[in-house]
Amino acid sequence: MSPRPGYVLDVDRSTPPVLFWHGEGFRLERLPEGSRVIYPPEPLPPLPDPIGAIRRALEEPLGDSQPLRSLLRPGMRLTICFDDVSLPLPPMRRPDVRQLVIEQVLDLAAEAGVDDVCLIAALALHRRMTEAELRHALGDRVYDAFAPQGLLLQHDAEDPDGLVHLGRTDLGEDVEISKRAATSDLVVYVNINLVPMDGGHKSVATGLASYRSLRHHHNARTLRHSRSFMDKDHSELHSSNWRMGRLIAACGVRIFQIETTLNNDAFPAQLRFLQRREWEWTAQDRATYLATQAALRRLPDGLRRSVFHQVTAPYRLTSVQAGEVEAVHDETLRHVYAQQLVEVEGQSDVLTMGLPYICPYNVNSIMNPILVACLGLGYLFNMYRGRPLVREGGVLILSHPTPRSFHPAHHPSYIDFFEEVLAETTDPGEIGKYEEAYATDPWYVHLYRTGNAYHGVHPFYMWYWCAHALEHLGGVIVVGGDPAAVRRLGFKPASTLADALEMAADVVGPSPSVTHLHAPPLLMADVR
Amino acid sequence: MVAGEEQELRPGIAERLTGRRFFVTGATGFLGTALVERLLRCVPEAQVTVLVRPTRRADARRRAEREILRNDCFDRLRSELGPAFEEVVASRLQAVPGDVGSEGLGLDEAGRVALAEADVVIHSAATVAFDAAFDSAVEVNLLGPRRVADCLVELAEERARRRPGAPPTHLVSVSTAYVAGTHQGRAAEVLASQASQQGGGPRTHATVTTEVDIPAEVAAARRLRADLQAASREGPQLARFQAAARRELGSAGIHLLAERVERLREDWVREQLVEAGRQRAQALGWPDAYAFTKALGERLLVERAGEVPISVVRPSIIESALAEPRPGWIRGFRMAEPIIVSYARGLLRQFPGLPEGVIDVIPVDLVVAALLAVAAAGPDPAGPQVFHVASGVRNPLRYGQLVDLVREWFTAHPLYDSDGQPIVVPSWSFPGRGRVQRQLRRTTQALGGLERLLGSLPLRGRPAERLGELEERRSQAERALSYVELYGAYTETEALFAVDRLLGLWERLGPADREAFCFDPAVVDWRRYVHEIHLPSVVAHARVRTTPQRSPLADRTARSRQAVLSPERHLAAFDLEQTLVASNVVETYTWLASRHLPVADRLALVARVLAAAPGLAALDRRDRGDFLRSFYRRFEGADAEQLRADAEELCQRFLLERAFPEGLARVRRHRALGHRTVLLTGALDLVVAGLRPLFDEIICAELAEGADGRLSGHLVRLPPTGEARALALAEYCAAEGLRLEQAVAYADSASDLPLLEAVGYPVAVNPDARLAALARRRGWPVEHWGRAGTRPWLPLGPVDPGRSRWWTRLRQALETAGGPG
Repeated sequence: MSPRPGYVLDVDRSTPPVLFWHGEGFRLERLPEGSRVIYPPEPLPPLPDPIGAIRRALEEPLGDSQPLRSLLRPGMRLTICFDDVSLPLPPMRRPDVRQLVIEQVLDLAAEAGVDDVCLIAALALHRRMTEAELRHALGDRVYDAFAPQGLLLQHDAEDPDGLVHLGRTDLGEDVEISKRAATSDLVVYVNINLVPMDGGHKSVATGLASYRSLRHHHNARTLRHSRSFMDKDHSELHSSNWRMGRLIAACGVRIFQIETTLNNDAFPAQLRFLQRREWEWTAQDRATYLATQAALRRLPDGLRRSVFHQVTAPYRLTSVQAGEVEAVHDETLRHVYAQQLVEVEGQSDVLTMGLPYICPYNVNSIMNPILVACLGLGYLFNMYRGRPLVREGGVLILSHPTPRSFHPAHHPSYIDFFEEVLAETTDPGEIGKYEEAYATDPWYVHLYRTGNAYHGVHPFYMWYWCAHALEHLGGVIVVGGDPAAVRRLGFKPASTLADALEMAADVVGPSPSVTHLHAPPLLMADVR
Repeated sequence: MVAGEEQELRPGIAERLTGRRFFVTGATGFLGTALVERLLRCVPEAQVTVLVRPTRRADARRRAEREILRNDCFDRLRSELGPAFEEVVASRLQAVPGDVGSEGLGLDEAGRVALAEADVVIHSAATVAFDAAFDSAVEVNLLGPRRVADCLVELAEERARRRPGAPPTHLVSVSTAYVAGTHQGRAAEVLASQASQQGGGPRTHATVTTEVDIPAEVAAARRLRADLQAASREGPQLARFQAAARRELGSAGIHLLAERVERLREDWVREQLVEAGRQRAQALGWPDAYAFTKALGERLLVERAGEVPISVVRPSIIESALAEPRPGWIRGFRMAEPIIVSYARGLLRQFPGLPEGVIDVIPVDLVVAALLAVAAAGPDPAGPQVFHVASGVRNPLRYGQLVDLVREWFTAHPLYDSDGQPIVVPSWSFPGRGRVQRQLRRTTQALGGLERLLGSLPLRGRPAERLGELEERRSQAERALSYVELYGAYTETEALFAVDRLLGLWERLGPADREAFCFDPAVVDWRRYVHEIHLPSVVAHARVRTTPQRSPLADRTARSRQAVLSPERHLAAFDLEQTLVASNVVETYTWLASRHLPVADRLALVARVLAAAPGLAALDRRDRGDFLRSFYRRFEGADAEQLRADAEELCQRFLLERAFPEGLARVRRHRALGHRTVLLTGALDLVVAGLRPLFDEIICAELAEGADGRLSGHLVRLPPTGEARALALAEYCAAEGLRLEQAVAYADSASDLPLLEAVGYPVAVNPDARLAALARRRGWPVEHWGRAGTRPWLPLGPVDPGRSRWWTRLRQALETAGGPG
């Protein structure tokens, strides 16, 4: 039986309450009659032989590229880069796709007698990964072979000796990336393309870049003109990255791009109800839901969080392609869309979404209020092609507890950003004046370089991520959130969905049309 | 009666005293100040010499200037004289150094001349505190009057030479009505010797006439101090003081503890002296040492009656002025005021007393007028005369009536608590003294026990501050108990002080004198006096909240924070553990020690550390330095290189996760203001290395490293704990040319007291119970810095995936079983 595509449900009297994610928990909400619920497609069937598929992809590259085997020769300098802990979400069960791919690449390198091999986690300004996270992504064999020799690096965007400025694009954008990569004879970049934003030229141009380079596309102006940043052809973010990628290629940096796509199987069997449509819940699903809720309610916050962060996804590989960056990326997008695209007819006045416990920047960490905003207004709002799911001037209703808690080691600058910057202004265009001070603060730089902290400027990027939504929307309401924290974000708190819909009606008029984004598992709305 | 038979006093008081020379002792006291003011204002050209005891800070003239002339008592005279005030005062008032507590009054030549030339000596110096140390009460109250008389005898020739033909100096000695005791019945205006001579029949008077061997009493009091001093220095006693100091300050360092022990010892000696005085007085029939020493002082004084003309004036309880220099004038907090204020604040739920008993109060200006009238009338050639200045017979104020008046007034004019709520005053049911004392004693004991119990718990931050409130409650109860013990006798007094001789003097006054020097107790309208004169004055003096304003606490916090973050500060010193991070030495050790242990061995490690915990905690309480020294031995043999790598991870993954973001923000704030930042911690150098960029200087513990790259377990130098911290900071300041008075220090525990006391701007962060109490008493700002959201976990390092055996294998097996391929 082939998997069912995505589905848009029209809510009527017989529709059961709909599941909303609510941080480390869930809510069942009754939506008004006539609302729409968008369900993601069911998981696509995986590749039956992932290792064989990977080998084949390396042997039969796409675009203007030779097979990897013929690019490898003794005495060469090979750098293998890989996506960091922000992908995929939730982290996938061992073995991780990165491990499978890198093991094949290393086998080929060994066969070809390549000695100078180095692995780099392409962090950009993300936090450094812990040993456990690296072992999870790469497998113990790879880790133990490289880490003790100091050949497993994590990109350091603040290392003055580890960066090289390759030049400026036609539009004057600085391109400054990892020196090790830029001076290698071959860079192999291993992607996990969970959403359409990932991969392409963005892999190297962003993942291995410095603040000097990133600020050209990570800013309010670019992101207001990325509609959406999940849609490459309408994304200023991607245009900039593509310009940079082409410059990098023109400078002679040879990149062998490997991209992989996963199916939608995001949650383990114990949480299968998350992937089912409510009216199809079995007695077992219902019981699991009730038991899960009851258990979660009894757990203290910290423990509940760590229970959720223990969840690993049974993701399976649906495609792997390698070769020249742009050709590979086009093929990748086809596979991502095949899994995630759902056709939706027209916009609505109100968009509702339940936000889960995780976003790309709080793996094994705490989802702080800024990340709540970023997940809702950045990631999920932008999961559209064509037009946003909600009309201009419409209202976005999020469901998340939004506690005022921060991970002091991972998000130190977020705390100060929340207390100092957001207390002053929530306008993405306005916050820019504080950016420089945060980006160059020596304490943040120190924590980024030596600890497991996101770069000092990172909270600004999270807020720029929201720029398009903030410009587009007439209001944002958070259901069940900490009122003080929600207000600090510039949003309105509501205690129930019904209240939130009442409040939304004040903005968009009475009897608004409502759409609920039933994610994750992720989906991308193709709004006609 | 003698007085009634005499003629009207002509000329009047002012005329009689005009141009006379007065010598006044006790001029810095309540009565003395009023007396000096009245002399200067109402007696033309009177020359006044005041005997003032020089103190370490101020000589006699300076004290007279500051403590007499600057008092608001002189406001009236100052405004009447205008710019001439200074000149008039300079020409009529002189201060001479001396002390009634020492032989010969400690007079210098000028003082001797002034005394020799004086026409009237008014001796009002006394130790008025009812809980004064017994020996000082003996020196001042008992021996003081006699010393004045002795000096006069000694200076008689000098006087004859300097002022030939002048009559001998008239000594007017101020005593107290309570020399008669507080027993039932009528106390006449007679000396004790005269009262005892009247004995024989049934006792109809209240005067205590017990025979006392005064020289023996004096010798005993003097010896008592020496004995107590010796006893206080004995081993067991010192051990008690040390234990008490340690309870209060914890391991604050030898220096501070020693200071505290010495203070406790001195306090103990004093308390014992007070107690001994009370016991001695009560054994002989007086209510307390004050009345007792005053009574004996009178007896000793009149032994000189043959050589010096003497009058004795015995006021009862002196309170605020009825009219002169202005209604309500009062100086200092006297006997009734603390009780009244405690009552108004709702702290005194009960006070003993006989509602129908007389509470003998007399306004100060009436006493002053009586003194001047006695001085003007001159000595009685027949022998010393005694005058009561008391209201009890002529115009009695019943205790019950007073309490009603006070309650009425505070019901109409309530005080407000810190929340801006009016305080409802309790209504007293006049239980017996014994019952109130028992109740209060039980309350203090219960509160003290609760406090000790809670104090032994490791409370910090806000709960610790609550503990401080408990301590406040206990000290209030203790104060209430001490009031009851000290003053209970006076509210239960049944003695009535006859004023026949005083009224006799009053009868002799002409109308002008009666107007200008009123001392007839009948003029006091008690309702008006209590409601319109005394209570408003008491409330104004007590600086209590009389309007429903919100607590100014928020302002104060903001202000103190502003002071701390002012650009003029140039150094900020921080403690680490519990001030910037919620962690301690034991936790960091456990983390490091478990870093490379397999799961099974971790449990053993936790068990070992837990088993050692009580001993470690006890050692830490005793001496933090010893604790660190002994604890760090555990690092003996550790591979320094490995430990350094692990410690870096520890800092990032453990310390920073447990950091207080507001604390780190404060460090950065100081840096942004251009202040130097210094970290002072007993933690190891390698543990805090990751915090380096926050601080200009890190002063921490450092372990010696052997040639083989292994740690020896011994510290390289003294760990910066307790006093060593203050010294280290002082050294840093000296070396860098910074000033400690401009420095800020942040710390969480009483063991940091030396550091906090060393700087100009101490800040208590999440204080433990002891520091919370100290910070409240000293008005230091308190910060409550919380963690950013992570919950405390066991302080164990992450399981080392490379080395743990079955754990990793099991997990891998589980995962691959469900995974692809």
